[in-house]
Amino acid sequence: MIPELGHFALILALLLALTQSILPLAGAARNAPAWMAVARPAAQAQFLFVAIAFGCLAYSFLVNDFSVLNVAQHSFSRLPPIYRFTATWGSHEGSLLLWTFILALWTLAVTLFSRHLPDDMVARVIGVMGLVSCGFLLFMLTTSNPFIRLLPAALDGSDLNPMLQDPGMVVHPPILYMGYVGFSIAFAFAIAALISGKLDASWARWSRPWTTAAWVFMTLGIMMGSWWAYYELGWGGWWFWDPTENASLMPWLVGTALIHSLAVTEKRGSFKAWTVFLAIAAFSLSLLGTFLVRSGVLSSVHSFATDPARGLFILGFLAVVIGGSLLLFAFRASQVGLGGRFALVSRESFLMANNILLLTATASVLLGTLYPLFLDALGLGKISVGAPYFNAVFVPLVTPLLFLIGIGPLARWKQANVPELARRLKWGFAASVVVALLLPLTLGAWKPMVSLGYLLALWIVITVAIGVQARLRTGAGWSANFYGMHLAHFGVAVTVIGITMVSAYETERNVRMNEGDTATLQGYTFLFKGTKNLDGPNYKAARGTLEVSRDGKPVTILYPEKRTYSASGMPFTESAIDYGLTRDLYAALGEPLDGGAWSVRLFHKPFVVWIWIGAVLMALGGLLAITDRRYRIASRKKGTEA
Amino acid sequence: MKRFLIPLAIFLVLVGFLGVGLRLDPHEVPSPLIGKLAPDFNLPLLSDASRHFSPAEMRGKVWLLNVWASWCTSCRQEHETLLELARRGVVPIYGMDYKDQPADAQGVLNQAGNPYVETVMDIDGRVGINFGVYGVPETYVIDKSGMIRYKLTGPLTPENLEGKILPLLKELQK
Repeated sequence: MIPELGHFALILALLLALTQSILPLAGAARNAPAWMAVARPAAQAQFLFVAIAFGCLAYSFLVNDFSVLNVAQHSFSRLPPIYRFTATWGSHEGSLLLWTFILALWTLAVTLFSRHLPDDMVARVIGVMGLVSCGFLLFMLTTSNPFIRLLPAALDGSDLNPMLQDPGMVVHPPILYMGYVGFSIAFAFAIAALISGKLDASWARWSRPWTTAAWVFMTLGIMMGSWWAYYELGWGGWWFWDPTENASLMPWLVGTALIHSLAVTEKRGSFKAWTVFLAIAAFSLSLLGTFLVRSGVLSSVHSFATDPARGLFILGFLAVVIGGSLLLFAFRASQVGLGGRFALVSRESFLMANNILLLTATASVLLGTLYPLFLDALGLGKISVGAPYFNAVFVPLVTPLLFLIGIGPLARWKQANVPELARRLKWGFAASVVVALLLPLTLGAWKPMVSLGYLLALWIVITVAIGVQARLRTGAGWSANFYGMHLAHFGVAVTVIGITMVSAYETERNVRMNEGDTATLQGYTFLFKGTKNLDGPNYKAARGTLEVSRDGKPVTILYPEKRTYSASGMPFTESAIDYGLTRDLYAALGEPLDGGAWSVRLFHKPFVVWIWIGAVLMALGGLLAITDRRYRIASRKKGTEA
Repeated sequence: MKRFLIPLAIFLVLVGFLGVGLRLDPHEVPSPLIGKLAPDFNLPLLSDASRHFSPAEMRGKVWLLNVWASWCTSCRQEHETLLELARRGVVPIYGMDYKDQPADAQGVLNQAGNPYVETVMDIDGRVGINFGVYGVPETYVIDKSGMIRYKLTGPLTPENLEGKILPLLKELQK
């Protein structure tokens, strides 16, 4: 009964989504207030029914209803309840339902926090979001229904993929989807502005907080995904340039460009057409990411089962949504004026360089991700593009980008005073160069990439300090926007240090260990105390014990596990990590060898947590920026004027 | 207006490629072993560990080698297809049980049916390494001279069976 209710709720949600898009969009075109007024209630009702459907699926998982195919395939009676709940989005169908649910949630937020916007704008924004929702609901109902019954019911489920049985997976997908789907708001604002032809500064101000919010979620989502891959995959890496990771990195890069170009459009009225293009691009890449992950055109560790009908549907949907938006863009963008002029050296020109670099980086990731597909489609053979390509193109693009972080915020709008800029920055630059050249010597081997990494990180930290100090000296009051920006930039520096240190100085050993054997790594001694058998709720494990000491003093005890899940029989490595601000000790059990010995992988990873701490600081910076009073007060005034 | 059409043009090219890409299978990875003799092995049988099987016994016959394991969920997915193929009797199918416990493997066959003429046990995965197995399931088509003619990574489906493997078998069996 419950699954059928869920199915029915989805159908009602589709009808409501159709209402939510057709009436308000037509109403805005014909200037019919009654039609436009449908937007908010329709969107709220749609949210209600999508939430009911989501609740029904979650309920089926929680009560182990193995007569539902999706539950039988992705859950297991002995699976702990929390993972039964997260298994709701552990499948292709379930993750689509989560996608749709989050879209409805964002739309609900728009209906609640848009009182100060003109009615036709709200009607169009909600209408466009309704269209997107229609696409996803149709996709689910026609090719990926999560509520299909399995008759006769299975006796037990085949269990959730062990990789997904992890606390990180409880929050990672919803947070990442909040980011992916959040860009639909910037997209809807852009399309609404294109339709109405009113591409002005107020449009940029309205969409800024929403865009930043989506970006914050995206940043956190990617950070969690990277951290999860680090401790869960057991390989000790934190970024694999896997197609699925790239699918989330691309909208993030374009979203970052969008945040910066929105600033220019809002403050100076320039870059209008460009900003609209970025808003379309960010969401298009989110959709493209969904296509790449869901359709199975690329093989990836994250890919779910593939089905040609699904791929075809998403491709058709992509063609309509992105193709339609770009067509609209081509017609309308040419009518947009140029906005404020600016000199060759100005904050605008620095931000333009930032945008070009970010977009080039996105294009190179896109090329690397799709290159195997292009070659294959042209019959030129099968290859895979890996980390060497991405590292080779990414570092040269990111280096100038990071350098610009130092200058951009200190340069004036319209025309920067070059001698003044040089005077303010010369000591900071000199200091970063000297420290960056000398510091690696104290860390052991001097490596050019380490110096480069430190140069960029120090440069950012020093310029952030100069910017903050200058503001404090003028006695200007609190500005959430200003401090949010500097906090995010500071986070970038922290991440850069983490990446630099771990890439240059990490060490690993693969050792064969019998009970009582020791291995040393970077001054740490690992004593293997053998393995014990252990029974988990839905797995059996061999748990190894490694006593770690340094100079005879105990540091920690690590318990890496090798698990075998009962339902799927899948073997699985559970690594053990001792986190630290300056180093992580990481141990994973390999294979059991003859004579009771194990192959054990040990890693020493300096500063690796800084990568994720930096990402959290970036997200906090974004969060701070959203709270800026300016958005609410200024836009409310605009609303009453209009 | 022309320059604003550029993004649309780029996007349309992309859609074209993605459309073609949908019809390709990224799991169909060419193996360096295609056109080479199948690596030799001599492994105990699952049904009777005292007896052994070696590819040399299959000289003069076209046959399939299917690498599977009881812990592999995708293998369950292709199991029906394999059973159907076995029922038709067009080709002998030999299984290689990869990195698995014989009891578990036998349990799967008892429960789901046995499409294999015989299954050999590659418990430590040594022979799998020679074959370049990097994901289970994998299926190899081996011709009369003992040469590998085709390799499929990932589950066997009715589509790739009808579209690729059966025509190839017909050709090889001439």
